[in-house]
Amino acid sequence: MAKIVLDKLLEHFTAAEVVETGSQHGDEWARVAPEAWLPIAQFLRDEPQLQMSMFIDLTCVDRIPDQPRFDVVLHLYSIEHKYRVRLLAGVPEADPVIDSLVALWPGANWFEREAYDLYGVRFEGHPDLRRILLYPEFQGHPLRKDYPKEKRQPLLRRLPGSL
Amino acid sequence: MPLSFYSSKLADAVNWARKYSLFQYPFVTACCGMEFMALWAPKYDVARFGAEFPRFSPRQSDLLIVVGTVTEKQGPVLRRIYDQMCEPKWVIAFGVCASTGGFYQNYSTMPGADQVIPVDVYVPGCPPRPEQALDALILLQDRIQRGEGHSQVVLKQEKGYDVPLATIRPTTRSGG
Repeated sequence: MAKIVLDKLLEHFTAAEVVETGSQHGDEWARVAPEAWLPIAQFLRDEPQLQMSMFIDLTCVDRIPDQPRFDVVLHLYSIEHKYRVRLLAGVPEADPVIDSLVALWPGANWFEREAYDLYGVRFEGHPDLRRILLYPEFQGHPLRKDYPKEKRQPLLRRLPGSL
Repeated sequence: MPLSFYSSKLADAVNWARKYSLFQYPFVTACCGMEFMALWAPKYDVARFGAEFPRFSPRQSDLLIVVGTVTEKQGPVLRRIYDQMCEPKWVIAFGVCASTGGFYQNYSTMPGADQVIPVDVYVPGCPPRPEQALDALILLQDRIQRGEGHSQVVLKQEKGYDVPLATIRPTTRSGG
């Protein structure tokens, strides 16, 4: 459907930057190096033949026990050309950091805060990276697959006899 | 005739007045609110029981109805609202989420509003039918008439402990 997006990426970036590309059910995806995250996103937005101007979604996948453990997933859409693409970048568990895209799409702000809140991936250059859904006292990141399912972090002292 | 006869009759009269003039505070957080609205609508008409008038200030209400899921983040809010209500006060947990947490069993959901406030009547259902809520209201009125269900006092008398004061969390907004 939007093979041109992948072609343009492979044309402008090295094999170390665009690691792998693919197409499934008419949707194109590209696995990129985390260091090239920001330049590739900027290229996709600014290239006249692509104009991926619309930020659709940014989220994270926990692939434990694989390495690198986390995949940051970005969905983009071109209103002009009606192209759609998905970018993935693996970040390691030891230092889960990737560049922030807020400078390119201000709408990425809360998505990155959500990914930070629930997965603990930090976004370098984010103007206000703090928890968005959970309370500041919360310890850990609950959508990580090694977070205990039953673990609760109550803010108030419980009544005697309650769970 | 002993004086206690008159005072008990007076208590009966006061309780009778109380049970037909419940001013409710709806703490509506989730989908149960839709069924709760039906409770107010003409078909079920909670006004028949003298409990139709919602006061959106806890200081003017004596019946707290917790409608829907309570999250851990909302715990201090719910507790503060309960603390702000004047005595005597009663609490109805409307729906399974407010009663036990319902089908949620995760990091964010509180397993029942009774974790932080005392509850007088639990209404099961997901969501409960309006008839169930009316049933709960009648149940509560019976308890009020008998002088029971005044949650904090009853808890102290029956179980020997008072409700611990809420530790309202500091309002710092820094950090993650």
